[in-house]
Amino acid sequence: MTPQSRLAPLVFFAAMVMAWEALVRVTNVPAYLVPGPWAIGQAFLGAPWVLLGALASTLVVTGVALLVSALVGVALAVAMVASPWARAAIQPWAVVLQVTPIVAIAPLIIVWVGDPFAALVVCAVIVAFFPIFSNTAIGLGAAPADLLDLFRLNRASTWDTVRLLRLPAALPYFLAGLRISGGLSLVGAVVAEFVAGSGGFASGLAYRILEAGYRLQIPRMFAALVLLSLAGLAINTALAGLARVLLARYGNPPEMRAR
Amino acid sequence: MLSLIDVSRRFANGVEALADVSLDIAAGDFVALLGPSGCGKSTLLRLIAGLDVPDRGSLAWRDGLPQPGMLGYVFQDATLLPWASAAENVFLPLRLRGIAWSEAALRVAAALAQVGLSGFANARPHELSGGMRMRVSIARALVSRPRVLLMDEPFAALDEFTRHKLQEDLLALWRELGCTIVFVTHSLYEAAFLARRIVLMSPQPGRIVHDIASVVPFGAEARLDPAYAALVADITRHLRAAA
Repeated sequence: MTPQSRLAPLVFFAAMVMAWEALVRVTNVPAYLVPGPWAIGQAFLGAPWVLLGALASTLVVTGVALLVSALVGVALAVAMVASPWARAAIQPWAVVLQVTPIVAIAPLIIVWVGDPFAALVVCAVIVAFFPIFSNTAIGLGAAPADLLDLFRLNRASTWDTVRLLRLPAALPYFLAGLRISGGLSLVGAVVAEFVAGSGGFASGLAYRILEAGYRLQIPRMFAALVLLSLAGLAINTALAGLARVLLARYGNPPEMRAR
Repeated sequence: MLSLIDVSRRFANGVEALADVSLDIAAGDFVALLGPSGCGKSTLLRLIAGLDVPDRGSLAWRDGLPQPGMLGYVFQDATLLPWASAAENVFLPLRLRGIAWSEAALRVAAALAQVGLSGFANARPHELSGGMRMRVSIARALVSRPRVLLMDEPFAALDEFTRHKLQEDLLALWRELGCTIVFVTHSLYEAAFLARRIVLMSPQPGRIVHDIASVVPFGAEARLDPAYAALVADITRHLRAAA
C-alpha cells in the first residue's frame, strides 16, 4: 500500500464525521433522534468508565468464546478426519447449529445454563465456532495426496498423520476461519447480552445500549455502538496479524497453498 | 527380486490401466518403465509399492513382502513438508517408524551428503531451488537404506541442465549403493541414459510391448556415445511400431 492509500480510510472517516456534525447543526435535529459526533464524544467522556467497563466485560466473553470455539472446532474437525463414523455423526448437527438463529435459542440457553457468564459464552460459541470448524475440516482434508501416500508407505499411525501432516497443512485454513470467527464471536456475545439484558442481567455493552435506549440517552447509545465497532475492528486486525506471524514462522508454505 | 504375473488393474471409471502385465525385476537392476501418459506405468509403480492392489494377477517378492523402509519412493514433485527443514524432511520416514532423532541424526546427515546437500540441513524447502528440493526428496527415500527405489518421473518438472546433473548423480548413487531402481519416465532420452533395461509400455489398455537391454556406458560422456544414439534410435523404432 502506498502512504496515500493508507491514509485514505482516515481521510474518508474525518470527512464523514465533519459532514455529519455539520448536517446535525444545520438541520437542528434533536440529539435524541440523531446525535452529532460532538455530542457522542461528550456522552462518552462524561462517564468513560461505565462504557469501558462494559466493553471489557463484552471482550472477556468474546475472547473466552473464541478460545472455546477454536478448541471445539479443531477437535470436531480432527475427529471427523480420523473417523468416517464421527464425520457422519457430526456434520449434520454442525450445520443445524449453524443455521439456527441465535436470537431464537438464546433465551432457552440462558435459562438452561443458569450461570449468566457461561450462558453468554455458550451463545457466542454457537455463533462463532462454525467457520473455524468447517475451514479446519477442509484444511485437514487438503493435505497433498503424494504426502499421504508417503505416510502410508511408512505405515504411519492415524494420529501421526494428523499430527505431523494434516494439522500443519490445515494451519492457513484454520487461521482464515479464526479471523471470521473473531468477528462472529463478538456478534454472538452482544446478541446474547441483549437477550440476557432484557431479562435483567446487567453486563456488557449490549446492556448499556439497552439501558441508554430506555432512558433516551441516545448519544451514549451511539458511543457504545462506536466502541463496539472499534472492538470488532481491533479483533480483526489482531487476528490478521497473528495469521501473518504464524504463517511466516511456518515457512511461508507456497507449495501447500498452490494445491 | 520381484515377479509380476498377469497383473491387471481397471479403475472405477472403466479405464483399463494395466492388462495382463508380467514382469520380472532382478535384484540390483536399473529398470526404466517408458511410455506415453496413460500407459499405466505409474499404476504399475504404485502396485509394486503396495499403494494399490491389482484386480487380477499376482505380485511375488522373492524374500517375502517388503517391510517399511525396504522401499523408497520418489514422487514427480518433491512433496516436502513446507514447514520443515531439509533435515526434518529427510528424518520423516524414520520418525514415522518410531526412530528417535538421536539415533537418526547421523543417517540423516549421511543421506543429505549422498545427494550433495550437506550444507543445507536447516534450509526450508522454499529457500531451495527445484533441483535441490528433488535432491532432498531423494535423500528422504535413501535415508531408510532401501533395497528398492521406486521413482515416478522424478525429474520431469526440472529444467534440462538440472535434469542432466541429477541423472548423472543418480546413476553414480545407484552404482555406489547397489540397490534396485524402478524408474518411471516418459522421456526416451532419460530412459536410454539411465537404465540397464528399458520396458516399453503402450496405453489403452496399459501393457508391455517391448523389453530392451542397454549396453550404454556409465557417466556423463555416455550422452555422446554411439551406443546411446543407437539405443535412442532403437527405442524410437519400437515406439513407432507400437503406435
